[in-house]
Amino acid sequence: MRLEARATTSGAATILWPAGAILATIVFSSVLVMIAGASPLTVFWLVFKGAAGSQFALLETLTRATPLIFTGLAVAVAFRARLWNIGAEAQLYLGAVMTVVLGTGAVTLPSAGLIPLIMMAAMLTGALTLLGPAILKTRFGVDEVVTTLLLNFIVLLFVSMLLEGPLKDPTGLGWPQSQRVIADAQLPRLIKGKRLHYGFVLAVVSAIVVWVIMKKTVLGYEMRAVGHNAEAARFAGIPVNLVIVKTALLSGGLAALAGFSEVAGLKGNLTLDLSPGYGYTGIVVAMLAMLNPLGVIAAAIFVAGIFVGADAMSRSANVPSYIAQVMVATSLLTMVAAIMLMRYRVRWR
Amino acid sequence: MDHAERPEAETVLRLAGITKRFGPLVANDAISLSLARGEVVALLGENGAGKTTLMNILFGHYTADEGQIEVFGKPLPPGDPNAALAAGIGMVHQHFTLADQMTVLENIVLGTRPLWSFNLGKAEARQKIRRLATDYGLDVDPDRMITELSVGERQRVEILKALYREARILILDEPTAVLTPMETEALFATLKKLVAAGLSVIFISHKLGEVQSVSDRVVVLRGGRLAGERRTSEATRRELAELMVGGQLPVNEIGPSTPGVTLFALKDVSTRSMGGAALRQVSIELRGGEITGLAGISGNGQAALAALIAGTLEAREGDIIVHGETARHWSPRTALDKGLGRIPEDRHATGMIGDMSVAENVISEAYRSPRFSRFGFLDWAAAASFAGDIIKAYDVKCPSPDARVRLLSGGNMQKLILGRALDGDPDIILASQPTRGLDVGAVAYVHARLIEARDRGAAVLIISEDLDEIQTLSDRIVVIHRGHLSSPSARGELSVMELGELMAGHGVAEGADHAA
Repeated sequence: MRLEARATTSGAATILWPAGAILATIVFSSVLVMIAGASPLTVFWLVFKGAAGSQFALLETLTRATPLIFTGLAVAVAFRARLWNIGAEAQLYLGAVMTVVLGTGAVTLPSAGLIPLIMMAAMLTGALTLLGPAILKTRFGVDEVVTTLLLNFIVLLFVSMLLEGPLKDPTGLGWPQSQRVIADAQLPRLIKGKRLHYGFVLAVVSAIVVWVIMKKTVLGYEMRAVGHNAEAARFAGIPVNLVIVKTALLSGGLAALAGFSEVAGLKGNLTLDLSPGYGYTGIVVAMLAMLNPLGVIAAAIFVAGIFVGADAMSRSANVPSYIAQVMVATSLLTMVAAIMLMRYRVRWR
Repeated sequence: MDHAERPEAETVLRLAGITKRFGPLVANDAISLSLARGEVVALLGENGAGKTTLMNILFGHYTADEGQIEVFGKPLPPGDPNAALAAGIGMVHQHFTLADQMTVLENIVLGTRPLWSFNLGKAEARQKIRRLATDYGLDVDPDRMITELSVGERQRVEILKALYREARILILDEPTAVLTPMETEALFATLKKLVAAGLSVIFISHKLGEVQSVSDRVVVLRGGRLAGERRTSEATRRELAELMVGGQLPVNEIGPSTPGVTLFALKDVSTRSMGGAALRQVSIELRGGEITGLAGISGNGQAALAALIAGTLEAREGDIIVHGETARHWSPRTALDKGLGRIPEDRHATGMIGDMSVAENVISEAYRSPRFSRFGFLDWAAAASFAGDIIKAYDVKCPSPDARVRLLSGGNMQKLILGRALDGDPDIILASQPTRGLDVGAVAYVHARLIEARDRGAAVLIISEDLDEIQTLSDRIVVIHRGHLSSPSARGELSVMELGELMAGHGVAEGADHAA
């Protein structure tokens, strides 16, 4: 068996292969569902209904998609320049930390000033979080996969320390949680009485901005050039190391927005379970989107839908909601295979 | 059984009507070829003529759409790489397939022993290798590491590897591309011994001189078809060239040079090593209106010199002097700002970004200028029109400025690089292996553009491992050996053999640093 590069990929292939990937995911998950003793059709219907079958379900899916759009964008931007940022989780948490540091009363401004200020500060925190690994990479050739990944654990322990110490809510009955952000620092809800908040709008706008950066600007061009062929980029006079540092700042800032929007828009305070791995799931989202910033929106909604739908399904069909993890993971693998098959033709012998 | 009845020249290999299509492209169109015992057949053709495809079919890497292969009278099952090896065909690739961190012996034995055997049978193998080496003049120490070997020695290991596996038919793909004139002579001597011992050789090349001196028969491919077949003794060089190109050979007229002032100079520059030797106390002056050719065996510091001038390798000591001024800081950016046009050695790795479009690639050196960007936003219309200009002016065959560069042929890619490098008429030009892997037409084109640049007063440095190219183009020749430069010699001053001596490090190379 060998792979031959395709000269061109037809329009149909760019739809059929990903569709095939989703089909393969469904088939594989069906087997597991049957092992769990339920009917796949019922289960998938319940997942779909739980994710998009009602206004409540749909809004819940979009709410869950919001942080995934941010982390997905962070990863897409970094991976495009071949900066393997596995540390969106850490950047998210530090963005959240900055949000509670400034948002719980330390600064008082009207919300039109306070929210942008906190947002900027959170982005800066996330950006600086990734700056360290980026400089280690460009100056000393230290593998950023290792540094960013390990930084996740360091940051989580650091946040845990903060929540047991300086940031601990004195009225929290001893729980490791921060104080709630003041009203002026909260992102308003999109629909009164529902959980969906303006963080989602911010996420969509961010995706569009990132798309414009990648497509239209000098920086985006430089990032793509460095990502596709750093040696050729360097030869052409593109400042490769500087581009990597800029990419890191952008990526870290985007990931931090996930933390900001979860705290200021949804949860109101910081706890250690703020993120159930949004930073890591962002990698899945970015890969499913083939690193396209606008695709990240769709991929994030898809992944969020599976999680939300599976939660609803497990309550009624008695199939563990872990099936969601399996489906997301399988869809990543099949999608990666589909992307490869779009670019290469398999020759048997 | 009866020796007397055996015909003088038994056919050992027969390809009959081999056709191979890749989509709309017919890479091999009904090609038939036979090889007799004790014969050297040269397979001559330009890049893209179908030589490599044909050999890949023979080796089972591709399956032919039509046609049969017979080896020693038995049909060869298609699509099975092991079948060719088992039938006694050995191949020496242009790019060696040796494990660097293993010894010669281990490389040769690799894959010949069953997986579950505990010893490699080293003593036995060593003896066999020694015997083959002395029989055929393939002198290599079986216990040395591949990394320690010269390119010529590595090639010998590849040949030994094939012989060790009892190959009776040897295929050599562009074997002389990496060799010095002396090493080439030695290789030819080995080939003579091999055919005298009854082996048969297919010699793939696009160099006419070699083909004439080594082969018994020449098979010429052009555009996937068999363009002709001649006894070497009966064919003229011109006839072969025209069969290969399919018409008149393009010839570049190069007039006498009118050297001007020194535009670029290196003074006692040393670097770290890069892809071979490091530069040691190198000095060179490039004058306007003159082509300086740098000859040398691959790995003697050419890569370091090219990278240094291009700005991607730092000088550890010494000065870079551009237009009479010593450059304080030197990087690709400063090189470009000072007006250097640079053609890198490796089009794919360094020259172009394969997954980006033609337009995106041609602006990669100038995208920050107001011509292509404003306020951090790129002007894609300007980029596309610039790409269109280069496509037109340099006769690049590509569907549109949006086409991915990966899909272009080497020649067209090189034209894009040329167009990008020569944009704005740079007066200092560095061309590293500018025609490697290009077909005759593209080679002539690249040469013509470089001569044109010289004639308008640019200082041109051509670094090439192709001695013919160096001799054709250069007004002055400098030889590099182990990071040292020889003193320049004028056009025609030294013979090929004298240059070969310098390339091998004999003679004045090392002492030349002290000369004026």
